Amino acid sequence: MSCIVLTGISGTIGRLLARQLHLDHEVIGLDRRDLPDRPKDIRVYKLDIRRKRCENLFRRHKVDAVIHLNIMHDFRKPQAELHAFNVVGTQRLLEYAARHGVRKFVFLSTANVYGAKPDNPQYLTEEALLLAGEGFSEMRSLVSVDMLVTSFFWKVPEVETVILRPAHILGTAANGPSAYLSLPRIPTVLGFDPMVQVIHESELVRAVVSSVEPGRRGIYNLAGPPAAPLSAMVKYLGKRTLPLPHSLLRALAQRAWQMGVAQVPPPELDFLRFPCLVDDSRARRELGFEPKLSLPQTLDLLRQSPTYRQGMKQG
Amino acid sequence: MNGNLYDDTSSSPHLDEYLTQFEDWFRDWGDKEWENRILSSGAARLNEFGYDPFGMSPAFIRKVIPLVRFLYRGYFRVTTHGLHELPTTRLMFVANHSGQIPLDGALIAAAVAIEGRPPRILRSMVERWVPSLPFVSLFMSRCGQVLGDPDNSRRLLENDEAILVFPEGVRGVSKLFRDRYKLQEFGTGFMRLAVETGTPIIPVGVIGAEETVPALYNFRRLARLLGAPAFPITPTFPWLLGLGLLPYPVKIHLWFGEPMHFSGDPDDEDEVIDQNVEKVRSKVAQLIERGLKERGPFPFSLLGGIRP
Repeated sequence: MSCIVLTGISGTIGRLLARQLHLDHEVIGLDRRDLPDRPKDIRVYKLDIRRKRCENLFRRHKVDAVIHLNIMHDFRKPQAELHAFNVVGTQRLLEYAARHGVRKFVFLSTANVYGAKPDNPQYLTEEALLLAGEGFSEMRSLVSVDMLVTSFFWKVPEVETVILRPAHILGTAANGPSAYLSLPRIPTVLGFDPMVQVIHESELVRAVVSSVEPGRRGIYNLAGPPAAPLSAMVKYLGKRTLPLPHSLLRALAQRAWQMGVAQVPPPELDFLRFPCLVDDSRARRELGFEPKLSLPQTLDLLRQSPTYRQGMKQG
Repeated sequence: MNGNLYDDTSSSPHLDEYLTQFEDWFRDWGDKEWENRILSSGAARLNEFGYDPFGMSPAFIRKVIPLVRFLYRGYFRVTTHGLHELPTTRLMFVANHSGQIPLDGALIAAAVAIEGRPPRILRSMVERWVPSLPFVSLFMSRCGQVLGDPDNSRRLLENDEAILVFPEGVRGVSKLFRDRYKLQEFGTGFMRLAVETGTPIIPVGVIGAEETVPALYNFRRLARLLGAPAFPITPTFPWLLGLGLLPYPVKIHLWFGEPMHFSGDPDDEDEVIDQNVEKVRSKVAQLIERGLKERGPFPFSLLGGIRP
């Protein structure tokens, strides 16, 4: 039984993970949001991870592991705030971890940090450069955080650091990919139909739990079931695509973004044109992580989620 | 002369043979058994929705087979020479590149699929600028063509697939008519990959594709402006707009050589690798030379079959 600090516990993945971990470990949550109806044995500190007071948590408890999920993905927030929260917050956490003898640091990054490029190799390994930031300033803080934890992995070998880079996460979380596929009609870029990888949040939880085990360290791509074209997924969900020329779609996205209607910035349209697929063989080999859900099962689970139904209703 | 090597697998169609050719052509259209055989060859790697890891869709290929057959048999009247038993393991075809529009890749792939024993799906490695083109990139990837990245090639070869590379790259496609059949410089990447993965190389000489889109001048500045590798001025392009870029129906001969095997250190010095590259290059050059000689003099050669 070890003591695990879980940042971002109030998020969807955080809650799922806490429910799983508290059976075998002492779980301490750290989040500035509330966590209603939590299991009794989970303590939650309602704090911003940037606050100095967070360090008290590490002084008070003998923390064995930190699972860091508290990353802001909301691109609508101002750049400076995104950067401050994600990069500064992570930097602090890493300092505490190094200072207070934490043995394990698990960070949930994203495969999007590689960026969708026309000349990407079909499957990117963990060694690929993180190029998502070029021409896509909103992604920059996510790339910086990943790099920050990666350099920590090399510089502080005493801490077993695990960085997970999952493909598009689908499930109950109201994140970008789930919300996109929940639209009544799916806008796509005319003449493009990229291969896409999706992974269900439950699989992700399994991967995080397995990476907490002692001895596991490294950077791992998580791919989920085999990739399929976007259009095939849309078809399976029983929906239709709305293909628009890139120039038009981009102009619309630009306008919607400026007006504050759109949740995704225009450069993210590249993910609807070019591949950003990851090779997960290292996770399979070293973490023993085999996705259990097939692609149809993953999409079926998305269909059952409240976000999906709501998205349908909006249309 | 090595008779075995240059045995024609299909005789060149003389005038009186055209009728039977057309009969064959139409019969093959309905050859479901062949389709099933070739399309099931990669079935193990298909996902639940029927796509392979690189986005190839056998269901899509089935739809374009009639078009490819029309181009292969009807339009370009392709004749293959020396295409014999193919190994069923990993394989790399290396060919000369030409014709502004890279149709040579499609025709070689069609030859290997239609006349290869056993028929195989050939994955040609496409130029880096192709994936940014709408429709074209989609069409190519559904047909099984893959971005020419060393990582992609390695992955395919490790899956024991057959790939097609053009080591001349854009230098080959965009050369002018007056430089036809002048083999350009070869890159070394393909050789390192062949050595690393232990892949036999089959050299291919393509005759005829060089005359399909005769570029008289390459408007480099305009090409750069459009982000294209070349902007050819031909007798019909750009005057007839897109239609002018339609390749002329020149008869095409494909000459296949025997498999070549290489071994050594894939990370060796350029000079060492270059020696092997040169062996493949000169083999391709030999195939072209022989093909041109067999084809006979201009202009009947372009029609095919008619010899003075």
